[in-house]
Amino acid sequence: MNIAIRSLLEVQETSLLVWRAARRLFRRPTYFNEMIAQMDVIGVGSLTIIVLTGFFTGGVLTLQTFPTLKYYGAQDQTGFLVALSLVRELGPVLTALMVTGRVGSAISAELGSMVVSQQIDAMRALGTDPVRKLVAPRLVALFITLPLLTVAADVVGIVGGGAVATTLYGQSASTFLSSVRYGITFDDMIGGVIKPLVFALILGSISCYKGLSTDGGTVGVGRSTTSAVVTSSIVVIIADFFLAKALQVILDMPGT
Amino acid sequence: MASTDIEISQDPDAPTEDNRVSAAAAESTFAAEDDSERITPAIEFRDVHLAFDDRKVLDGLSFTVAKGETKIILGGSGCGKSTTIKLVLGLLKPDAGQILVNGEDITHYTEAEMMRVRKNFGMVFQEGALFDSLSVYENVAYRLHEQGIPEEDVEQEVRRMLRFVNLEDAIDKMPAELSGGMRRRVGIARALVGGPTIVMFDEPTAGLDPPTARTICELAIKLRDLEDVSSIFVTHEMNNVEYLSREFAAVNDAGEVIFEQEGERLCLINTKLLMMKEGNIIFSGTDEMLKKTEDPYIKKFLRGH
Repeated sequence: MNIAIRSLLEVQETSLLVWRAARRLFRRPTYFNEMIAQMDVIGVGSLTIIVLTGFFTGGVLTLQTFPTLKYYGAQDQTGFLVALSLVRELGPVLTALMVTGRVGSAISAELGSMVVSQQIDAMRALGTDPVRKLVAPRLVALFITLPLLTVAADVVGIVGGGAVATTLYGQSASTFLSSVRYGITFDDMIGGVIKPLVFALILGSISCYKGLSTDGGTVGVGRSTTSAVVTSSIVVIIADFFLAKALQVILDMPGT
Repeated sequence: MASTDIEISQDPDAPTEDNRVSAAAAESTFAAEDDSERITPAIEFRDVHLAFDDRKVLDGLSFTVAKGETKIILGGSGCGKSTTIKLVLGLLKPDAGQILVNGEDITHYTEAEMMRVRKNFGMVFQEGALFDSLSVYENVAYRLHEQGIPEEDVEQEVRRMLRFVNLEDAIDKMPAELSGGMRRRVGIARALVGGPTIVMFDEPTAGLDPPTARTICELAIKLRDLEDVSSIFVTHEMNNVEYLSREFAAVNDAGEVIFEQEGERLCLINTKLLMMKEGNIIFSGTDEMLKKTEDPYIKKFLRGH
């Protein structure tokens, strides 16, 4: 089987997994407690790394752009540029990549270990559908928490940018904030939340699929975890480009 | 022994204690024979084929497991024993042929339909396959929790099952804290919750010390003789075969379970053997027949060299 056919087959299998999870989401028994537990692990558990990532990304954006803008006499626009970069691009993408590294790998490793130790077979033998019990709660948890984490990264990133602008470059906080407020539109915010929803679906479905399709013992678990993180990261970055273009058209943003 | 038999046959109406008991036993045996439900096999394979890519795993497998019967499947590693069990559970689907459970053709059942059928099954996996993140109690209670049964009923049933496998003390432990034999026994307790009528054992004694392996075989015998459970017992260890096909469980006057060897008075007919090689059945019959066979592969398998 060549690589193109295998990739197509994987896309099909991953899509079917998402479809099966979505279809059975509202049938009884619903694993509400499992969803809450996953939101805690995925959302609350990832908050620290997201806050750190956001803060320093906002900071470095100011650090790099302020001198250039000053050269053109446009240093008042620093907040505008930092906020726009964060809300439209860096917030959603960096959050998705960080969550892929932390959560996608964990999902894939956990499900993979369950496959090789026959726990998935045991679950099916005991009359539970693993897609409903394991996949659906993780997808829902990612769907809810990734946009929230993205918003947190955006806000903290702007704070980080502001902190660098005021402390290192002596810009007043009010100048920075008014430039932020001037720069961001409601459409940017909508776009900044739609992206993480799509990314959640991508990284959740790929990680679950890779985990459940593990074979070859513990070596296989390592292989599927690596594959889950690499594939999810690449697909997130590729999808970001097409999403950016689609959002420009749909929300009628500048650039169309 | 023989003199008692002669005495009964000479005067069948004599109201001795022995005579009365055997008449009742005969009555229940014939009642069971007459029950049309019992004639339908618990599991039936009809010319089942399965291949993974180019490798044939099962090549026209046909056999039946009667109600209350234990079928021991013997064979070397990779001969398709575990695959056979997975097919019964619907964890795998055959390429061709039919699989019937209690007369119901499950070959083409969807996953949702299989969920209903699986309620009749208990499955004991090779290494126990306990859920690592759940305690012993939660593992055994898994099926009941999924069915939304009230907690006090769940606890009662879990304790009863753990007593059955002699592990009530380990109720609050996590699987990682248990020894291999204990994990297997918890696996058995989990499989038996909900009173399945068919139980499958996938090499339950592999890698265990002889006394623990013996305990697991005793559990299988108790299920067969006292609970009327049909089972498939996959193994490649000959001492398991010895225990299962030679011994039976009974309850003595004090209400304790005792194990006795078959002999002149009683010959076990509820345990049959099946030997597989490369996806085919090369032997089917009783343990006595297996020992008399002239097949060189089987002889080598039995002798170990």
